[in-house]
Amino acid sequence: MAFLVLDRVRKEFGGSTAVEDFNLAVEAGEFVSFLGPSGCGKTTTLRMIAGFEKPSVGRISIGGRDITNARPNERNVGMVFQSYALFPNMTVGQNVGFGLKLKKVGREETQSRVNELLELIHMPDKGDSYPHELSGGQQQRVALARALAIRPQVLLLDEPLSALDAKIRDELRIEIRRIQRTLDITTIYVTHDQEEAMALSDRVVVMSRGVMEQVGPPFQIYNYPETRFVASFVGKLNQIPGVVIDSKTVQCGDERLQTTTPIEESPGTAVNVMVRPEELDIGAGEENQLVGVVESVNFLGAIVRVRIARGEQMITADLFNERLLELPEVEEAVTISFPAHACWVMKAN
Amino acid sequence: MTVTAPPVVIETPPAIATPVRAGAGSKVLAWVIMLAGVLYFFAPLVATGERAFRAIGRTFSFEAFRRVITDPEFLRTFGESVINAVATIVVSLLVIVPTAYWVTLKVPKLRSIIEFITLLPFVIPAVVLVFGLIRMYSRPPLAILGSYGSTRIILICAYAALSFPYMYRSVDNGLRAINVRTLTEAAQSLGATWPTIVWRVIFPNLRVALLSGALLTFAIVIGELTVALYLGQHTFGPFMSNLVRNFVAEPAALTILSFAMTWGAMGFISYLTRRQPGKRRMRRRP
Amino acid sequence: MTSLTSTSVEGQRPPRSWNWVGILPFLLFSSAFLLGPAIILLVRSLQANEGGWTLGNYRQLIDPQVLEAYGLSVRISIVTAVVGGVFGFLLAWAIIYGGLPRVFRSLLTTFSGVASNFAGVPLAAAFIFTLGRIGMITALFGFFGIDLYDSDFSLYNFWGLTVVYMFFQFPLMVLTITPALEGLKKEWKEASENLGATSWQYWRHVALPVLMPSILGTIILLFGNAFGAHATAYALTGGTLRLATILIGAQISGDVLQNQGLGYAVAMGMVLIMGLSIGLYTILQRRAERWLA
Repeated sequence: MAFLVLDRVRKEFGGSTAVEDFNLAVEAGEFVSFLGPSGCGKTTTLRMIAGFEKPSVGRISIGGRDITNARPNERNVGMVFQSYALFPNMTVGQNVGFGLKLKKVGREETQSRVNELLELIHMPDKGDSYPHELSGGQQQRVALARALAIRPQVLLLDEPLSALDAKIRDELRIEIRRIQRTLDITTIYVTHDQEEAMALSDRVVVMSRGVMEQVGPPFQIYNYPETRFVASFVGKLNQIPGVVIDSKTVQCGDERLQTTTPIEESPGTAVNVMVRPEELDIGAGEENQLVGVVESVNFLGAIVRVRIARGEQMITADLFNERLLELPEVEEAVTISFPAHACWVMKAN
Repeated sequence: MTVTAPPVVIETPPAIATPVRAGAGSKVLAWVIMLAGVLYFFAPLVATGERAFRAIGRTFSFEAFRRVITDPEFLRTFGESVINAVATIVVSLLVIVPTAYWVTLKVPKLRSIIEFITLLPFVIPAVVLVFGLIRMYSRPPLAILGSYGSTRIILICAYAALSFPYMYRSVDNGLRAINVRTLTEAAQSLGATWPTIVWRVIFPNLRVALLSGALLTFAIVIGELTVALYLGQHTFGPFMSNLVRNFVAEPAALTILSFAMTWGAMGFISYLTRRQPGKRRMRRRP
Repeated sequence: MTSLTSTSVEGQRPPRSWNWVGILPFLLFSSAFLLGPAIILLVRSLQANEGGWTLGNYRQLIDPQVLEAYGLSVRISIVTAVVGGVFGFLLAWAIIYGGLPRVFRSLLTTFSGVASNFAGVPLAAAFIFTLGRIGMITALFGFFGIDLYDSDFSLYNFWGLTVVYMFFQFPLMVLTITPALEGLKKEWKEASENLGATSWQYWRHVALPVLMPSILGTIILLFGNAFGAHATAYALTGGTLRLATILIGAQISGDVLQNQGLGYAVAMGMVLIMGLSIGLYTILQRRAERWLA
């Protein structure tokens, strides 16, 4: 049986529903992210696991024990907050050791555990510093150590990197994954940043308006999105309107596009052909081709983003940068191509 | 007059919805504390009201108020105090507003000195201040305290000095909130002249701050006793002070009036502060 | 007034800025009505009655009359500051974290604004009608057969004045401590619960230590508030209860100390004590801001 189980969990605030019919089974040692825009219910769900909110309906269990109605201080889950939430009156060491002090762990044992954790977060000599003397990134490391000190059954992280600079964010992201692997701790990670979710997780739960849209490994979520929301929220996506001809073909303006993913809609239905920008190539290809006029060329470093106008419609192509790449000119007429296996079809709304 | 912390009086803290998860025990405790506070707060008011409205026999009447209001001595002293309060506000504004504006705009380095001086009334109690004023202005070359009229000017200036902590904080907070430098420069770049800038740009944005400071000053000056007493001024404070030990119903009516005035001033300030546009609000994450 | 552009257009800053002249009116006014009087008292306190400089006036502060007045002022200030501080804190706690209806919060804030400024004659009068010899509460006690004035209590002695001072003391505590209490981050409570703390443990180990500089600072502010108060005590007792401020008042009217120099020293002593308490308050407040900001 799975380690952390959320079973038909639902949460209402006043009249509105924040989380609807949430079902999830997390294996021991697994790293799961809740991904979605703000207000999608991901933080509420995390707070229900921590015990700060009570589910209106449903059950939550950890390691087979029902904790639905347990108080937050009886659950033994570690939580890291977006705002660090370090206690300003305590040193780093006292912060990390606070949970152990409450558990009446002996002084020496507490000290050695604190040292062990400070070692783990690469801050062995900061034990006597106060939080306000540390940078944001350092504070969040300490917060992580504090949450881990009590040897929690589950680690919960609520947007832990959103308050940090881009560079520190990348560093700490790697660090979090390293520590999680080292300790093999079951982890739930809440974020609105899809790149973060992709880079860190074993599985991603994409949420929108309180509903789970899709659950799966990052590769699956990105390449095989099941709903329009997932498709457009995770990564960039071109949507080319057209009409179904048969189970493999869509008529888009003057061109016909092929897909290897079987089309379920009946012929004559208005649909969109979905294709990721990085699947597109400039120049003629063997399968699908579209013509248009280059609107803009943006050099972004590793990739070059070319926007192509096709009548009213705008299509984005991301080309990998290489020295021999020949960039198209603005207002130049170009052909873009992509293979049939790169695209799929979704019903137009 | 007592020392009060001005910033908190002027800035009513914005109502932030703090999620409260109070246990049953703490809820009972909270109610008990609140009840004790309410009883202590209201007992003197109820007792005073009882005296004021039952001047004759045991029946409800406005007799005490009628007697007070028709007392020529009351009218004279109260009128004098109102004029003093208004004059104090004018003097205080004339000194503080240009100074605060100038410091913010041109000499921010001197801010801490100004702040220090404006806080001195907290360090020099009114009774000590009036002591010093008498010693300073009763001997040549500054023997101003000879006539009632010139003493009155000293009184008003002393009140203005005592209002500095409230007035400066209020104006300074107002100036900080609107980013004077940018506003001034924007107005200049649009071709505004100096008087236009001050009158059309800065002043309208400071209205709430100025009104708050003025109202607080008014509430404090109107019944002030210590300075007026030792400067021999026949104002409302000394008048009330004499009555307290001589009559029963009349001072009760005066107390009710004073309380109503203070309440009115404070209520108006918190009303102004609350509806102030552009006040920074905490952004809450959903 | 000079034009703003005159300095910036020239491009080069003049070697010496005359901008400070703009605050001259303020400095002159403050010197005439705030600094000047204080300095005069300081100078006189350092002069012997017969002329010449001396510290003798300060040595005479051990005069029993003076010590008694200071002692009474200090005692009443400490008692009203501590009791008012604790009760004010509890009230602020009750409206913010006690789960009381929301109306109480704005009501108490406004009321505190009024009460903390409601000192002096009207306050004294209100308490005479309440706890004076024929006051309402006194009569109420009498109805139950208890004569308040049989005990040590009198509105016109130490305990009476303490009860009266509380009326402006704890509202001031409520006003100053409320922002600090509101500054406690919700996440601190959640983080400590998450680590296994009960509500009491959170208050004991986190909230109270974080608030302590604010609480101590405000209690010191309350001390100064009571220490410098004159009008209320004067209106209540007519000067019979010899506080330090009352003594100075008496000295102004008629040299009750029969020693002009000593009078100045007493006044400067007050300024010193007030200065120390305000200074301490400022330091503690700064520390509190570092934690709560």
